[in-house]
Amino acid sequence: MSAATDTIEEFASKEYKYGFVSEIESDTIPIGLSEEVIRMISSKKNEPEWLLEWRLKAYKHWLTMTDPLWHNVNVTPVDYQKIAYYSAPKPKKVLNSLDEVDPEMLAMFDKLGISLQEQKRLSNVAVDAVFDSVSVTTTFKGELKKQGIIFCSFSEAVQDHPELVRQYLGSVIPYSDNFYATLNSAVFTDGSFCYIPKGVRCPMELSTYFRINAANTGQFERTLIICDEGGYVSYLEGCTAPMRDENQLHAACVELVAMKDATIKYSTVQNWYPGDKEGKGGIYNFVTKRGICKGDNAKISWTQVETGSAITWKYPSCILQGDNSIGEFYSVALTNNKQQADTGTKMIHLGKNTRSTIVSKGISAGNGQNTYRGLVKINPGAENARNYSQCDSLLLGDRCGAHTFPYIEVKNPTATVEHEASTSKIGEDQIFYCNQRGISTEDAVSMIVNGFCKEVFKELPMEFAVEAQKLLGVSLEGSVG
Amino acid sequence: MSLLEITDLHARVAEKEILKGISLTVNPGEVHAIMGPNGSGKSTLAGVLSGRDAYEVTSGEVLFDGQDLLELEPEERAQLGVFLAFQYPVEIPGVNNTYFLRAALNSIRKYRGEEEMSAPAFLKLVREKMNVLHIDQSLLNRPVNEGFSGGEKKRNEIFQMAVLDPKLAILDETDSGLDIDALKTVAEGVNALRSPERAIIVVTHYQRLLNYIVPDFVHVLSGGRIVKSGGKELALELEAQGYGWLESGSTSELVAA
Ligand SMILES: Nc1ncnc2c1ncn2[C@@H]1O[C@H](COP(=O)(O)OP(=O)(O)O)[C@@H](O)[C@H]1O
Ligand SMILES: [Mg+2]
Repeated sequence: MSAATDTIEEFASKEYKYGFVSEIESDTIPIGLSEEVIRMISSKKNEPEWLLEWRLKAYKHWLTMTDPLWHNVNVTPVDYQKIAYYSAPKPKKVLNSLDEVDPEMLAMFDKLGISLQEQKRLSNVAVDAVFDSVSVTTTFKGELKKQGIIFCSFSEAVQDHPELVRQYLGSVIPYSDNFYATLNSAVFTDGSFCYIPKGVRCPMELSTYFRINAANTGQFERTLIICDEGGYVSYLEGCTAPMRDENQLHAACVELVAMKDATIKYSTVQNWYPGDKEGKGGIYNFVTKRGICKGDNAKISWTQVETGSAITWKYPSCILQGDNSIGEFYSVALTNNKQQADTGTKMIHLGKNTRSTIVSKGISAGNGQNTYRGLVKINPGAENARNYSQCDSLLLGDRCGAHTFPYIEVKNPTATVEHEASTSKIGEDQIFYCNQRGISTEDAVSMIVNGFCKEVFKELPMEFAVEAQKLLGVSLEGSVG
Repeated sequence: MSLLEITDLHARVAEKEILKGISLTVNPGEVHAIMGPNGSGKSTLAGVLSGRDAYEVTSGEVLFDGQDLLELEPEERAQLGVFLAFQYPVEIPGVNNTYFLRAALNSIRKYRGEEEMSAPAFLKLVREKMNVLHIDQSLLNRPVNEGFSGGEKKRNEIFQMAVLDPKLAILDETDSGLDIDALKTVAEGVNALRSPERAIIVVTHYQRLLNYIVPDFVHVLSGGRIVKSGGKELALELEAQGYGWLESGSTSELVAA
């Protein structure tokens, strides 16, 4: 056991490699939240009146809500008056080309492995880079435009395509949805916007890279993706943050709209700073993600690899409204040290013959706590709806925990709902078997964990699958002395 | 110099002494059979040699190529050329068999200061060995041992041995759970791997396997000691008389068998 335990200890004490702070001068508004602040954000972004009103409506509603955190003993409550709600790198003038981007910023993204420079870009991925509160640059915009695809920062979309934003903003996640989504609606600063026109298959992966840099700043981004009839898009999202002793709040909203025959594939590799070994610092990742299959035969597929954050609360969901529409959720969540993840999905079946698949893989190490919480709801009109759920948990060591809460509500007798769950410990026998073949314990653990996650990784686009495997691999580096 | 030199080896598991003074010398090219009733300590010996954590060596010495084997980690022993074909091969879900084997081979090569084997070269090697052992192509692309039949698991062990090319192979009850056809195939595979450079220790409860893998030496293990050693005829004697005659009065081991 000893060798395996050592590795697990090391696994639990892995170092966070993205914890550096960049010296980039920023324009940050004073901390605190008030109507004043919201007006300030809105005016800094030169927003139309209707959007300001929407924000204020959300804010007023938010004031009537209570923070669900207060009820959770394992969480240091967030003081919403101590957060800065807007931080933008200086200068904030409109950038005409990448040459005008702060070289320090380019260097930072390079260090994160995201090259924004033309010659070094990943050839098949268009990137929107969001730094603290604003989008820095979006690559390949011109090329996408030729096909009528709009891919830009949310702020730009508000300026250039206000009709689309107005029509769909809040249409999947109403401003009153939940505490964090409502807060986001009031104060969101930037994010990505994407529109795929009818019948267009987006020729490259679209990607947003989020980075929290400034201290005491919350990140409240808003992403809106609309895929019109018969369209297809695959969208990737990645995130990191510096190591800081205070908890930082990340409360994003992502709304997806898939029309008839459209497919949206949304993949996330979340690697926010998880806090240190004792649980000090780290990101609170309280995110609302929801998609609607509006038309018949639409499909929305969520894939997520969650390795970072001190606390993750996240339930990417699908509303299956169109007949024959499909919802999928593939998830790997890894928690170690004092990390807590409570994640899962909601599949709401409204249309006939709607189908959903849930595959959740939870890995717990150190003192990590990993919870799957999911809802499968079959409404009366959803004739012949089908769901298959599989929730597997892998435990590394004796101090971590795995919990599964599947909620099922079936209101139509023709529905078929299947649920499978398993919990296993990484086996000494498995590790010894690998050792006996010449494979070190560290590599063995990595291999076994990756094998455990395989069904999810195979859903990720190539570039991301490699990154995700590396991420788990890096977590295991330097373990056996 | 002999390849493996075990001297007065004592080992225990969970406070219970299992090996009570084993001495054995194995030279390159030799095939040794270790026979004995269930519970006599055969798997314990295999486990101690390969470095399983559960066993505690209380005294004695094991030299491999002149090196103290007992102070090495299990993976170092494997890298030096000690291979154990498991009595119960372990399943590793989601890990592709070929991927696993290539990782194993490359970590062994790395230890020896050799370059990693390229994917094409590796596939060529794998094909070659596959043909010798009548391994089905589909086994290669499945997760390690997952959903394999008993026979497939055992054949996969021998296949791994063929690819990893160890100096010393210990086969722990490779015959158990196999029907006669599967047994013949596995034995054929092992025979193909006999060579003047390699030593093989065949651990078995039954004489049956030794009809197909004919050993140079047979040792009878009973109550944690080698109570008798001889040539291949000893296996036949045992077959005829059972283990009882070794036990001078005690039948407990027989009952366990
Ligand atoms: N992990 C263990 N814990 C307790 N006793 C064990 C353990 N492994 C083996 N033993 C005991 O050691 C003795 C020898 O076992 P083993 O080496 O497996 O015998 P064989 O392979 O010859 O059948 C048996 O009495 C068995 O019960
Ligand atoms: Mg045994």
